[in-house]
Amino acid sequence: MKEEWSAFRGGRWLEAVDVRDFIQKNYSPYEGGGEFLAPATERTSALMKKLENLCEIERQFGGVLDIDTQTVTSLTNYRPGYLDREREIIVGLQTDRPLKRGVNPFGGIAMTRKACEAYGYSLSDKVEMEFQYRTTHNDGVFRVYSDEIKRARHCGIITGLPDSYGRGRIIGDYRRVALYGVDTLIEEKKKDKARIAASDVMLQDNIRLLEELYQQINFLGKLKEMAALYGYDISRPAANAREAVQWLYFAYLGAIKEQNGAAMSIGRVSTFLDIYFERDIARGLLGESDAQEIMDDFVMKLRMARHLRTPEYNELFAGDPMWITEALGGMGEDGRTLVTKNSYRMLNTLYNLGPSAEPNLTVLWSQALPEPFKRFSAKVSCDTDAIQYESDDLMRPIYGDDYAIACCVSAMRVGKEMQFFGARANLAKFLLMSLNGGRDEKSGEQMGPPRPVYDGEKLEYDKVLELMDFYRPWLAKTYVSAMNMIHYMHDKYAYEKTQMALHDTDVHRYMAFGAAGLSVLADSLSAIKYAAVRPVRGENGLITDFVTEGGFPAFGNDDDRVDDIAREQIELFFNELKKNPTYRGAEHTLSILTITSNVVYGKKTGSTPDGRKAGEPFAPGANPMHNREKNGALASLNSVAKLSYSACRDGISNTFSIIPEALGHSDSERLENMVSVLDGYFAQGAHHLNVNVLNRETLQEAMEYPEKYPNLTIRVSGYAVNFHKLSRAQQQEVISRTFHSVM
Amino acid sequence: MKGRIFGFQSLGAVDGPGLRCVIFAQGCPLRCAYCHNPESWEAEGGAESSIEELLQKTERLRPYIIKKGGVTLSGGEPLTQPAFSAALLRALRERGYHTALDTSGALGAERAEETLRHTDLVICDLKFTTEQNYLKYCGGSLSPVLSFLSLTEAMKIPLWIRQVIVPGINDNAADAERLGKLARRFANLEKIELLPFKKLCAAKYEKLGIDFPLKNHQECAAERLAPLQKIVEKEPLP
Repeated sequence: MKEEWSAFRGGRWLEAVDVRDFIQKNYSPYEGGGEFLAPATERTSALMKKLENLCEIERQFGGVLDIDTQTVTSLTNYRPGYLDREREIIVGLQTDRPLKRGVNPFGGIAMTRKACEAYGYSLSDKVEMEFQYRTTHNDGVFRVYSDEIKRARHCGIITGLPDSYGRGRIIGDYRRVALYGVDTLIEEKKKDKARIAASDVMLQDNIRLLEELYQQINFLGKLKEMAALYGYDISRPAANAREAVQWLYFAYLGAIKEQNGAAMSIGRVSTFLDIYFERDIARGLLGESDAQEIMDDFVMKLRMARHLRTPEYNELFAGDPMWITEALGGMGEDGRTLVTKNSYRMLNTLYNLGPSAEPNLTVLWSQALPEPFKRFSAKVSCDTDAIQYESDDLMRPIYGDDYAIACCVSAMRVGKEMQFFGARANLAKFLLMSLNGGRDEKSGEQMGPPRPVYDGEKLEYDKVLELMDFYRPWLAKTYVSAMNMIHYMHDKYAYEKTQMALHDTDVHRYMAFGAAGLSVLADSLSAIKYAAVRPVRGENGLITDFVTEGGFPAFGNDDDRVDDIAREQIELFFNELKKNPTYRGAEHTLSILTITSNVVYGKKTGSTPDGRKAGEPFAPGANPMHNREKNGALASLNSVAKLSYSACRDGISNTFSIIPEALGHSDSERLENMVSVLDGYFAQGAHHLNVNVLNRETLQEAMEYPEKYPNLTIRVSGYAVNFHKLSRAQQQEVISRTFHSVM
Repeated sequence: MKGRIFGFQSLGAVDGPGLRCVIFAQGCPLRCAYCHNPESWEAEGGAESSIEELLQKTERLRPYIIKKGGVTLSGGEPLTQPAFSAALLRALRERGYHTALDTSGALGAERAEETLRHTDLVICDLKFTTEQNYLKYCGGSLSPVLSFLSLTEAMKIPLWIRQVIVPGINDNAADAERLGKLARRFANLEKIELLPFKKLCAAKYEKLGIDFPLKNHQECAAERLAPLQKIVEKEPLP
């Protein structure tokens, strides 16, 4: 056994790359509470102060501190950068200065150009020249897009497609670099390459894979060079906790230098790292305060990660998010909890460094989690509104006990599975186009196959369903085709070399479709079925509005009459998607998640039969529409819990806001009750919950007096944002959401 | 059996221990000046609901409330419908739920016994501790409340006593002391809760076209409660 591994228990992980086996053989479950945690050291506070000052200047500069327009971002293209060279424990920045952003034109040069201009810069001639003779991902996609796809995209029935920036949602197993060192990983990849080269006659699949392996090996080499610039040799395994964190962070840093994917999760690292902390503590090399200090420094680095985006991008994904999602806790397959002391340390960074949107801390909830950890998580929620919960009991049987979350709600086995991210289809608009003979209700453009506009004075449920059944195959085929083109081109022109090098060579792929506007669709169909809906036709003969008379059950009240409609519609859509084969044989999955795009999607969608007027926002994710919940918070949760995870394996996002007073009289009551809410919700097979414990008045005040709440963090839809990084419209939408209160 | 209810709150975390669902019964003999639910007053308001329907709704919440919470029957005044209240709490308890009765006790002991037989916790809102204030601000009398409380004591049902603190009316040391003393007379007392007067309900009054008597009163700040709570708990609970 290598010297760096002394005191570790051996196992399969010694024979092959198998981080899970290493964890299982070596980790120490922790069933106690947070009493042992250490506060921020003086050093940490001083560095944090420095970082906060930089963030403040960044804010004052309109959201971007500086852009290096001369250098295309990659692993070794910048000189080493530091926040505070003398005092940093974990080093490495994306560019040569903190918060300075690089340019990444591999996804699309036009997008990069626009992003520079939005902040008063212009992309250098040097980079323009370099990319004059280079095909970007965006070029590739638009060479093959059909007019039909372009129309569907432009009218907003399929939106947010990753066709001009990095697709993201790929989680490298960054732990591998710490455990094995880069040289072993290169050796393993070389073996794989030889194995594939020796297989049958070479055809496109193998040839592509061989080239990818070449690139992976090449970039593992660059990763070593990058670390060497900072004075570290990561060819060998990490020998102690500080090195383990540093090695792992270098691997992540390499990934975000190379790729500007929309969501760049860190994975599931805390419990892995705990093994190194425990070893160092046992050896007397570290005390609790030292361990916390390393984690604080690591998280500070993660909070400094940035990508350069355009204002249009920010509308979809507001708040400059990176989705550095870290999955915490959960249970092991053998029944031991995967909570360790380091899971607590990770959560404790929210106290030591203050609340923050990043990293996107995600607690994997199980009924079997140790009670003290449940209570501690609930406390962090009440205090910071910065964490989210996902059901480990639901995911573990499918993904095992070493999965992580990409972006907000997308589960995958770390290093063994990846996904092709695919934004979402607008289901509310799909209803309207079905009524309007395949035309866009706003522009009148013909999107799908032409048919007559719905004829009749009153919308009849069965007839409307028939029309949707007619147009659904068109929507699914158009959507799957677009996705296949996007991911074909992304593999070809912007392949994730560093991240895929940190996956098994024989990786399982998901193609992650998405749906937006589910509650609008369900309530609209419920109105058609249970109330009287009269279509109103505009000048061009299209249905542009509705008069709805009488009441109807709304999603969010635990009423099967409408909840069944929601469930049925999402399953119909998923089954239709599955009929269309995918690029590289990826497995179809579907999410109900919007990020902040529920505002933009609403803007692009005409009035709907549920009474929502043209342009008004949708509810986020799978949330019921704002303020239609009449039976309290739990009934609302129950409606969402009915949606089937087996049809929505890419996740079902629900965001829940409650005022503190409604959760209990005292702090300890509130924690206890929050735990009961989470236990009860997830016991019913629900998937995800964002929790905000705050008053609407706080948000209103923060909107008017931002300086009073500089670090106000809230959960939006699968992630957290700093409230001030939202646009005015987004802030207003958040304020208009249901805040569950006392009756 | 059917009863009249005016609301069902699936998440109640402030009316009894743990996470609870709260069923609000229609009808109330009192007219408290600070009442939060004026729509609950008239016996004929609300909607008719069968015990079966309410059980079904509650069952949907079982995973949240069965371990540490339960069901609270509130109002209005649930004891205006004693047979219904008794049957409902009995059915809930049979299904394993912890049952709490949130009442003013203003209807006295007479028709309460059967309901109390199926009650795990009584939460009694002891509106005011003097006959004068009780009449002035609630239109009722303290004496039936005291006989109700004696009955709960005799039946050994755990008791929480609460009071809404309204600035300028009962936010003083004398009232707090009287409350503490009075409450401690009952051996089954477990807790005294002071609640701040809030004006969120003003909009409801406006909608119903009823004058909100305390519309010009100040809300009670949370800080105001702590010193009063201290006085109330000056001596240990029984």
